[in-house]
Amino acid sequence: MTELTQNRTHAQAPAGAKARAKARREGGSPHPWYFIVPAFAVLGVFFVLPTLFNFVYPFTTWSAFTPVIKYAGLENFRSVVADGTLFSALKITLTYAAVVAVLQNLFGLLLALLLERDTFLNRVARVFFFFPVLISALAAGYIFQALLKPNGAFNQVLGFVLGHDVSTAWLGSTTWTIVVVSLVHAWKWMGLSMLVYLAGLKSVPGDVVEAARIDGASRWQVFRHVKFPLLAPAVTFNAATALLGTMNGFDIVQATTAGGPARSTEVLNIFIFRTFGSGLYAQATTMSLVLFLVVVILAVPVVTYLRHREKVLG
Amino acid sequence: MTITTSPRRAPRLLQPTVVVALLVMVIGAPFWLVLATASKTQGEALNPNLALPTHWRLWGNIAQASDKGEIGRALLGSAVVVIPAVIGVLVFGSMAAWIFGRRNGRGTAVLYGIGISGVLVPPAVVTVVLVLRQLHLAGTQVGMIGVYMGMYLSTVIFFITGFVRTIPIELEEAARVDGAGPARVFFRIILPLLGPVIATCTILITLFAWNDVFYAFFALGGGKNTTMPLNLFKVASTALYTNAWNLIFSYVILTSLPLVLLFSVAQRKIISGITSGAVK
Repeated sequence: MTELTQNRTHAQAPAGAKARAKARREGGSPHPWYFIVPAFAVLGVFFVLPTLFNFVYPFTTWSAFTPVIKYAGLENFRSVVADGTLFSALKITLTYAAVVAVLQNLFGLLLALLLERDTFLNRVARVFFFFPVLISALAAGYIFQALLKPNGAFNQVLGFVLGHDVSTAWLGSTTWTIVVVSLVHAWKWMGLSMLVYLAGLKSVPGDVVEAARIDGASRWQVFRHVKFPLLAPAVTFNAATALLGTMNGFDIVQATTAGGPARSTEVLNIFIFRTFGSGLYAQATTMSLVLFLVVVILAVPVVTYLRHREKVLG
Repeated sequence: MTITTSPRRAPRLLQPTVVVALLVMVIGAPFWLVLATASKTQGEALNPNLALPTHWRLWGNIAQASDKGEIGRALLGSAVVVIPAVIGVLVFGSMAAWIFGRRNGRGTAVLYGIGISGVLVPPAVVTVVLVLRQLHLAGTQVGMIGVYMGMYLSTVIFFITGFVRTIPIELEEAARVDGAGPARVFFRIILPLLGPVIATCTILITLFAWNDVFYAFFALGGGKNTTMPLNLFKVASTALYTNAWNLIFSYVILTSLPLVLLFSVAQRKIISGITSGAVK
């Protein structure tokens, strides 16, 4: 592969130089910068500008109740630290993101391995396991709010299997509900991970698997030593998108628990939504800045990976 | 011989059994709950369960929910925002990606870094409202389109830049020798070749934007413009007080229908579109 790419680069270098020289003679680049202007105008106004403001307004008194915005120093940070909101919201968000990243990948990988062969049943099953990805996360949240009620369908089925009544309030525990909500999130997105893993499995050469089997490798050995190493890019892609996507999560938590019980599932975006709704804009944007900084810190290893992937693609 | 065939035959029966069992429990049960509850009377739906409705009144509930949730206005509101945003990010994003895929150097790297920063970094959702207000776009569909475009451009630029690099530059040079300018080269040669990666981006961004409610709260919040997820939230928030689960799930069916129908029609293309673009 590398040899091929190198050959191509060598061959195209003189041709590219010739074309560029021709373009210069005619007074313009073949790849002019004005092609990025529309994208960067939109990015600048709707993405970069708000992000810059996000470094300013946390230090002000901006709210629905003050007519004039004044400088407030670190007051907003002090208040979210003092009442413990900052650390609890951070802890909950990171827990949520980590549990989802693990479960969504585990479910996606298991489904992909289960449905790897191209049988009719497997094709149909893949389509159905993708259904939760299509519906809105809000809808998924409401479905599980109903399923997981103390007298809901899940407990009824569980009671039937166990032979006695079950009335666990799955969404009522200040310790475990965050894990239950993570499970719902993983259920909603496992179909997407499954597809990415299936694509990864398709890229595993069949003759390598066959050779390993002829050499007497068990199913587990084939998976562990042949397929899994080749799935590494899919794992990284899935884990990174799940982790960073969930840091930004809102809908499923809002629809299942709305942050409760006793704010034990209040992730950063729920806090931002709630405080913004009550007019405390500066506090909301303070948490938004915290979210930004946490994601940037977490993203460093991810960026390193994306750079690597890009090189592979190029 | 029997020793080698028996472990092979067992999985042949085992695998389909496991698949069907999982489908029934993991997908079937939740979706049956939605359909069964949406078909019940309000009295029966107070405690949603998997039991069959005694009287099927799905159409009545759907009609009532679509009336309460103004489904027509919501569907139109979603379409007016999502379709231009998706087309916009694809056109602007692929234009920028073409330049990034072809140019080298430090300046290009810096601009590319800014261009793809949104793949990882979350949008500043509170101060975006401030910007929208200053531009007199708060609560408008144009503002919502701008916010979605700003959020998803990075993803498009990232995916397409990688793809552009795999297109041989000789194709462009041939056209250029024939006297084609950059616009002609891009729209006639490059854009048609981007098909597979554009398909992947279209599917993913439509999924995200169509189902988004968080950013819509901030950009459209409280105004006269709405989307399907915003109306689902509104319907559910009032119906939850009275435990009118039949109405909530009727509206869930209504909001899920457009994408589910689209997916059923183009299921093969969508699955191969996602898998071909996501992992190379």
